Amino acid sequence: RMKYFTRLRVRRVYEWRGKPLSFNRKLKTYEYGSLAISVEGLPRITVIKIGQHILIEGEDEDNPYVAKVIRLFGDDSGKQKKAVVQWFVRVFEVPLSKLKLLGREPHPQEIFYYQGRSCDDEVDAGSILKPVQSELAPASSPPPPALASRGPARRALPTPDLTVMRRAAQGEARGGRATASAGKARAAEAESLHSSTKLSASKCLSAKRRNASARTPGVRKKLELSSECCREGSLLSCCIVLWPIKLQTGSKKVPPQGDEVMEPESMTGSLKTPRRRAATPRRPYATREAEVDNEISPMLPVIATPRGSKRKSAQLVSSRIRKQLNLLDNLQDLNSDGEDEEEFVPSKKELQSSEEEEEEEDEEEEEEAGLDSDDDVVYKKGRRAAAGPRTPRSKPRIRSSTRTPQRTPNRKITPGTPRTPQCATPSIPSRSLPARQPANVLEEARTRLHVSSVPESLPCREQEFQDIYSFVESKIEDGTGGCMYISGVPGTGKTATVQEVMRCLQHAADVDEIPPFHFIEINGMKMTDPHQAYVQILQKLTGQKATADHAAALLEKRFSNPAPRKETTVLLVDELDLLWTRKQNVMYNLFDWPTRRHARLVVLTIANTMDLPERIMINRVASRLGLTRMSFQPYSFKQLQQIIMSRLNKVKAFEEDALQLVWAALSGDARRCLDICRTATEICEHSPADPSATGLVEVGHVMEALNEMFSSAYVTAIKCASLQEQLFLRAVIAEFRRLGLEEATFQQVFVQHQALCRVEGLQPISVSEGLAVCRRLGGCRLLLLEPSRLGVLQRVRLNVSQDDVLYALKAD
Amino acid sequence: MSKRKMQPADLPAGECVSQLQEMLRQRLCHQQLPDRPEGVEAQHKHLLELLKRTSVHGESNSVLIVGPRGAGKTMLLKCVLRDLQEEKEAEKNLLQVHLNGLLQTDDRIALKEITRQLHLENVVGDKVFGSFAENLTFLLEALKKGDRSSSRPVLFVLDEFDLFAAHKNQTLLYNLLDVSQSAQAPIAVVGMTCRLDVLELLEKRVKSRFSHRQIHLLSNPTFAEYLGRVRTRLGLPDHFPDSRFAADWNASVETLCEDKSVEEVLRRHFHSSKDFRSLHMLLMLCLSRVSVAKPWIRPADLLEASRLSFADGEANMLHGLSILELCLIIAMKHLNDVYEGEPFNLQMVHNEFKKFLQRKSNSMYNFDQPVILKAFEHLQQLEMIRPVDSSSAKTQREFQLMRLMLDHSQIMEALQKYPQCPTEVKQWAMSAFG
Repeated sequence: RMKYFTRLRVRRVYEWRGKPLSFNRKLKTYEYGSLAISVEGLPRITVIKIGQHILIEGEDEDNPYVAKVIRLFGDDSGKQKKAVVQWFVRVFEVPLSKLKLLGREPHPQEIFYYQGRSCDDEVDAGSILKPVQSELAPASSPPPPALASRGPARRALPTPDLTVMRRAAQGEARGGRATASAGKARAAEAESLHSSTKLSASKCLSAKRRNASARTPGVRKKLELSSECCREGSLLSCCIVLWPIKLQTGSKKVPPQGDEVMEPESMTGSLKTPRRRAATPRRPYATREAEVDNEISPMLPVIATPRGSKRKSAQLVSSRIRKQLNLLDNLQDLNSDGEDEEEFVPSKKELQSSEEEEEEEDEEEEEEAGLDSDDDVVYKKGRRAAAGPRTPRSKPRIRSSTRTPQRTPNRKITPGTPRTPQCATPSIPSRSLPARQPANVLEEARTRLHVSSVPESLPCREQEFQDIYSFVESKIEDGTGGCMYISGVPGTGKTATVQEVMRCLQHAADVDEIPPFHFIEINGMKMTDPHQAYVQILQKLTGQKATADHAAALLEKRFSNPAPRKETTVLLVDELDLLWTRKQNVMYNLFDWPTRRHARLVVLTIANTMDLPERIMINRVASRLGLTRMSFQPYSFKQLQQIIMSRLNKVKAFEEDALQLVWAALSGDARRCLDICRTATEICEHSPADPSATGLVEVGHVMEALNEMFSSAYVTAIKCASLQEQLFLRAVIAEFRRLGLEEATFQQVFVQHQALCRVEGLQPISVSEGLAVCRRLGGCRLLLLEPSRLGVLQRVRLNVSQDDVLYALKAD
Repeated sequence: MSKRKMQPADLPAGECVSQLQEMLRQRLCHQQLPDRPEGVEAQHKHLLELLKRTSVHGESNSVLIVGPRGAGKTMLLKCVLRDLQEEKEAEKNLLQVHLNGLLQTDDRIALKEITRQLHLENVVGDKVFGSFAENLTFLLEALKKGDRSSSRPVLFVLDEFDLFAAHKNQTLLYNLLDVSQSAQAPIAVVGMTCRLDVLELLEKRVKSRFSHRQIHLLSNPTFAEYLGRVRTRLGLPDHFPDSRFAADWNASVETLCEDKSVEEVLRRHFHSSKDFRSLHMLLMLCLSRVSVAKPWIRPADLLEASRLSFADGEANMLHGLSILELCLIIAMKHLNDVYEGEPFNLQMVHNEFKKFLQRKSNSMYNFDQPVILKAFEHLQQLEMIRPVDSSSAKTQREFQLMRLMLDHSQIMEALQKYPQCPTEVKQWAMSAFG
């Protein structure tokens, strides 16, 4: 549960509290024990102490980073305030591959101990937003042992220490912050709790209320709402920890966060104020009821609803609460909580607490890690202010943590306007009948030869592979950025090689040989406009949707601002030349970002032409691209041979000399080569069975395939043309010879045509018929014509060589 | 006779003729596919196998069908699709998207059409939502999610394929062909075009992704085959309701085809063009002359139809001109002869005309300049003459340079047929000197 003490976008003032604990002479730094954060214009002061968990500003405002303070220090001038932290990773920050290792569905609010090396653990104190409570997942939570067994695979999730965990869970860890946090780290899953929302507006409201009733704020309870589905055996150990929250002596002011304030009546369980209560009665532990009921926050009312369904009174309460909430906020989607109920079942135990940050300094427990970032959002946006009281977990986002027991009616964004393609999932319907598997050698070979089949390895590109691999790997390891330009004619394996490199690097990152990184891919041909590149990058990086301009601004911010714990991003830009714009700003940005100090961006660009930078880039763009270039040479015959052989992988479908013929006919495009072989297998399959044939692809089949794919059809087309068309072609040639030019008007050719008709003993044709003949030839592009509205004046040219025409006509 | 007894009754002649008309018109207007594609059996088999592999094995393919206009490209594809539907696996699985380069003139429209025909999820009713960029990403995403064994294969038919190559960056072609060459949803891209040089239109990276399979529809039928096709096109099938009428009709078709003059006409058509569409046009003209009073096609009908279909439109238009306009045309012809096709203006034409008037005629009126100008403008409107350059506003109309859009043979032909043409005009036209 996290508290907000400050509004975002508000100026915060950071001050050391107390005297420096020690002084480091070498570095001239003072170590401090705690840091006070106050917001201008607000009386509250928040204190950050060593050992506390904090939120740190990140690029995503809605999801600040989580970390634990290890040291606080500053220089003598007092200007520089730094903190050394231990990072924690949120679920969505964990790469998917690692999430799978977890072996269970993580709670959306769960955080994990981070042991990676790639992040700087020293942050500017100015980036600290607020403290947060994290809580160790207790022993009852499902999977630690399972996790432990995979130790080496993920350093980030080390073996949990059961004893520590238990202690923490039972609240014994209070004195030992270190232990608890260690335990937490190991437990690898601190369930985060929901904060009773603090919406600014609700604060005001409740502040007023408070003033009226002169209530004292400050009792803080941690509430655990363990659901019925908890394992009985583990229940005790995971039970709630309640502790009173002392008023912070340092800040005696009226608690600004009225919503946190416990209202006396709330204890009595009056149903009038929306406050949460119903949850407890259900629990098997009667002793806790009272405490749970105390769970103050007037804004947690609905929490109980999902669970309350079992008891009438609870239902009653929840229904009333709902009504009230409904009044407060129409947006609320009450119906959803019914379904949500099921969703939280899997969570074995959840602790929930609400507390105020002001009091937190007295709390030693790290057990509680609550960050409800979603509340953050709500808070910041100030939307739904009125609805504030009700929801500990109102979340507009999809990532809403569905598993916590105390679900509030799940509020989603209002059901879409008609224009809702956002929620449409792109997919092709699946087939009703399964695809047939290859049945014989030829079909098998054909499957392997299809360009789309992913080869086990990429033969003949070992050197290029190595170069790209080491380039990207070094950048990732150093946490720097860079550009690389890769060129080569189509079909030389540029994209395939880069993707293979990335697959290998990804694998290396999975086994923790290199720091984790982000790989995204865009293709200039797969966008409608160069500026769409920004949109696609942003979407692949963060999942956000934005317009091109906005996306550019966001990316600019992301890549130029220092952010702690940033992973390297590897960006593959295919068909770079398509990103050309007149001002070249897209290219400029793509190459400029990697040079920023904090960007950690590696850009790999692919295009067809070797001299693209010289040809189309203006100087400042070309200069930023740098000189790391690589050129993929067309495959030689030997290499193509190797490729085919490795693809076929001992499937014997080709006669030796048939393959020889394939190499001989080619020009370094692997796609073409594969296509020829594939076509040859088809021809072989459908050619009438010759008893002497081996059933393999023979020279004849390859010849036929080559013929089909490369033969020019012009000669055949002329042979198949009608007599008048052939005569017209002859007339064209005759007229060209007469004029000594390669161009004549239709009228001139037509005179020749009439003469030829007479020679051939044919009835001369009319002008319109002659024009029709001419147009038909033009349609096939045997002739090149001017627009036909010029009629008899249009000029005619041959699109075939005269020799070809004469050859075709003679053979006829 | 027993056959005739089995028939309930002979249909009235009017009924027979209208049935005949309906049946043959369907055949001639392409609404009915032939049972077997004639002359292109090999190509049919090839394409059928190819599409079968996509629909049954989920193998992506791309192919171009190239052939001159009227060679039967669409017919071939339709036949193949019809035969493909008989295969149960194919019928259940195959999704089809039909695009035409003349309708989908840019990628934006084409994408919407694809999305609509695939019924992707961003389609509501018949409307496709989202911007061009979103549509593209959506479609690519959809295709990317599919895989060979589990998604339904999609057949993309691109009619007038060459026009798609004119789209900006060839984005659509690149993406479709790229999908067909990568492990995504299985698709078959079938392009149809009449341009033999279509591959040269493709950008190199698009070309590299194309499988280079081309099916050429270049059939070379002999005249005997051509004649046989006329017979099958006109022949009535056995299941025609009135068998006696059918037998009579078929016999009349037989005699028609054996007629010498008919053979002459058909041969002329055969020499002019071997495609079936022009043949169908000719037969349609004959068919429309069949009536109850004359329930068969006479050779004269065919001759008349042939005359109509070969008629020269511009020469016909000359028949409608006034004598003055005709004289101007003749003057232009002489100018063309003298100056070897150099452009002329009204003043030159008028002078030429005046020379003729002085020399020969007293029967002709000496027209005023404005009348001549009017006639000249009329000729321009009929597009028998056209200005050399389009910047007509600058020069005075009398001095604007023009070119004659008619061939001499057309003028002479028209003069022969012109009703009551004065002999001196005819002589003037034929005289070698102006």
